Formats: sequence, C-alpha cells, structure tokens
Amino acid sequence: MEMVYEWFRTLYQETGINLPFLYDEYDRNRMIDGLFTTIKLSLVCLFFSIIIGVIGAWLQGSSFKWTRRFVSVYIQLFRNTPPLVQLYFFYFAIGTLLPRVENDWGGQSPIFGSFAWAAISLSFFAGAFNVEIFRSGIEAVPKSTVEAAEALGFSKLQIYRDITLPLAFRVVLPALNNNLVNLVKTTTLAYAIAVPEMLYEANQIWSDNVNVTEMMVFLLLAYFVLVGILVSGMNRWERAMKIPGYG
Amino acid sequence: MKIKTLAATLVVSALSISAATADILDTIKERGTLIVGTKADYKPYGFLDTSGAVIGIEPDLAKDVADKLGVDIEFVPVVSSNRMQFLEQGKIDLMIATMTDKPDRREVVLIPDPNYYSSGTNVLAPKSLGLKEWEDLRGKPVCGIQGAFYNKATSQTYGAEIVAFKGTAEAYSALKGGNCAAFVYDDSAIVAKAAEPEWADYEMPLQTIDDAPWGLAVALGEENFAQMMSDMIIEWHKTGRILELETKWGVTNTPFAKAMHDKYK
Repeated sequence: MEMVYEWFRTLYQETGINLPFLYDEYDRNRMIDGLFTTIKLSLVCLFFSIIIGVIGAWLQGSSFKWTRRFVSVYIQLFRNTPPLVQLYFFYFAIGTLLPRVENDWGGQSPIFGSFAWAAISLSFFAGAFNVEIFRSGIEAVPKSTVEAAEALGFSKLQIYRDITLPLAFRVVLPALNNNLVNLVKTTTLAYAIAVPEMLYEANQIWSDNVNVTEMMVFLLLAYFVLVGILVSGMNRWERAMKIPGYG
Repeated sequence: MKIKTLAATLVVSALSISAATADILDTIKERGTLIVGTKADYKPYGFLDTSGAVIGIEPDLAKDVADKLGVDIEFVPVVSSNRMQFLEQGKIDLMIATMTDKPDRREVVLIPDPNYYSSGTNVLAPKSLGLKEWEDLRGKPVCGIQGAFYNKATSQTYGAEIVAFKGTAEAYSALKGGNCAAFVYDDSAIVAKAAEPEWADYEMPLQTIDDAPWGLAVALGEENFAQMMSDMIIEWHKTGRILELETKWGVTNTPFAKAMHDKYK
C-alpha cells in the first residue's frame, strides 16, 4: 500500500497532478472520514425519508380532515423551500432556540449538532417528496382490489400494510429511485453547516493544497460511483420485487 | 519539416504578441474600471457599511491604486476559498483580501514584494472557558473559516476538531450558539471583534502564533502590474499610509506596519 501512496507523490512531483488525499496520511484520513460521513448521512436520510413517506401517504388517506391538512402543510413547507435554506433555518434558527446541554469541555452546547440537523432536515425534505410519490402509487392500486380486501374483512391498517403498500411499492420504485438519488446528491449541501462530509473535506484539502481542479475531478467521480452503487442496488431490488403479470 | 517548423514559429510568435498586447494595465485603462477582490466580512479590513458598499482598510488601499491609474473602482467580495481562483479566471484584476503570503500560493498567483501587512493566528473564546494555552483546545470543537491555512495546523498540532464555515458571520453565530468552544482566526480581526460591546464576555486568551505577512496579488505573468504594485506598497510604507489607515479604522498600530515605515522612510 505504501508503494501506491508513494507512486502518487512521485506523480505530483513529476507531472504536477496533485492528489494529496492519496499520499498524505492526514489528508487521506480526512477524505476517508468524509466518505464515511457522506455514506452515513445518506443511509440515515434514506431510511427516515422512506419511513416519513410511507407514514405520510397513509395519513393522507385518513378520514380525519385535520390529519390530511397537517400532512399537506408539511409537504408544502418542505417541498416548496430550498433545502439549503432549510438547513440554515434548522441549524441557526431552531438550533439556537432549543435548550442547551452541558458538554464535556465545560461549556453549553445545543442538543443537536450539525450532523443531527442535517439528518433531520434532509430526511424531512426528501420525505415530503416521498409522501407524494407513495400517494401516486397508492392511487394506482385499483379500487376494486381494496374493495375485495374490505369484503374479506381486512381492517384499514391491514389493507394498507398487506395489500395497498406492497402493490404501490412496485409502482413507485422508479420515481422513488429518482428522489433517493437526488437525496444522496443533496447531502453535499450539509457542508454549509460544517458537516464533515466529502465535499467539505475536499474543500479543506483544496484550500490547503491549491489543487482545485484535481479535487473537482475526484469529487465528480466519487459521487458518480457512490450514486451508481445506490442505483444498481435499487434496480436489483426492483427486479427482485417484480410480480409476473403486474405493472 | 521546414514548413512545419515555420508554422510552429509563426504560431508561437503570434501567441507571444497576443500575450504582450493583453497587458492587464491596458485592459484596465481601456475598461476605465479597476476590479478589485476584497473581503466583505472582515472588519475592519474589508466589510460592508449600512448601504451595502465595501469599505475598510483594504478597499481604501485599492482606491489609491485606482486613483494612481486614473480609473474608477469596482469591488468584488471574495472569501478565502475562492479568492485565488477569481484572480486566475480574470474575474478580478487585483486581490487585496487579507491573504497570508505562502510559497505554494506564490505558484498560483503573483504576489509583489514587499508585503503590505502582517498578522498571526489566535482564537476568540468565551472568558468562562478560561483557555490558557493552545493545548487546551485538544478534542474541543473549534470554529474556523473554510480555506484558512491554519485550520490544518490547529487540528494537526493542537488536536482541535475544526468546524469550518463559509463566512465569518456563520462562524461567529456558531460560536455564540455554543456549537464550538472557540473561533480560530486572524488576530487582527479578533482584536476588533472582542472590543465590540456585544462580545464583552469573549476574549483573545492565547499567544498569537504563525505571525505571517500578508500579500496582495495579481494574476501570474502580469509583471508590469506587479512592478507598479511593488512601488505602491513601498510608497504606502514610506508615507505611513498603512499606519494612517489603521488609526482611521480603529486598529492599534501593528508592530509590522511601524517597522516597515521605519525601514522605508
């Protein structure tokens, strides 16, 4: 491994192509940390945004007027405002209003740090889109199917969980894919509130080494591969869930 | 073969002619405006007044340059992480943006000698924290500015966890919000900040490190402009212009500015 690192140092000396995150241990460690933070943030947001989508779509079909209104206000609020503004809003506006806790260095710090706010904000942001995506799937399930389930004595929750949702899921997967791909890319915005993800670490490295071009090329490729892995996973899932004769 | 060589010579000479005619000083005079990149969030060196105009020590220096050239001036606000790129891309003609003069930066932009200013690194921290030395920062979150060179040193040497923001407004806000234990920044700006009543509970408790000169910069290859700037900087030191501006903007005269004035007068 050392030899590979040294090769990149030589590459820099010989050609001027500077990739310090490969040969410099400090820069390498922070780039790896950045990669893992991006993956962690993406996974957390993917998980919660899908949960929000599923629950939101279910609540939207509720027979209570106020529940439906609440969900629609949530969607309007989070879908119609830029995610960067939401991040700043949560971190700088809401974050400072919440009570503070004693931290281990003897000061007072807010309950949620920048990573937590990024996870919350981006989950809600993508969740708002997911609610609409799931709704489109639910509405695509034929009414007769639901009626048949009702006739068989299924409860409302059972119908949603066992009949509507599994069918809806297959319909919405392509649209869901799109939104989740977007979500992974949107995690780069978290660097505005100093979440040490890939873009943030790359920015630190290019500021220290003045190698903007190389870092930009690397970032583009890194996200291309990262999102590529997600897409291929989702496609595989889509194929595995396929029901012959449906959709 | 001969024709090829001839063609190559022609191309090369054509290139060198176009390079020679595209002297930035001519471009500026033709345009009638000098475009200068300065900070807009770095009181008192470059900041915004209530009407949104860029003012401060560095904008005043830039105005001297425009006056000398006999052209109007236009300010482009820059931040640490984009200032050299702006100059490379030709978005600005001249950069006076609190930039520390470093050898690797001299490979990217042209920094004329001598240096016009100097400052070091220190932190702004709550008095209640009682910081005594840099080692006290170990393991604590410390706010910083994205693109500042001392971020790496602060985390590598003293073990602080750098939380870097795009601009100073966010960093000050995060410090106030308790997101970090201290804010690592240029001592010159911290002195001015700690003097504000709003920041009475904060102090600059540590020994200034990395006292380093600042360099203004022009794009690589603009030797004529650089030569003119060198003369201007010497003129500033000689006439005590820097000391005068420090006083005007409420900064105690720095040892560097005094020493340079003594050297050139």
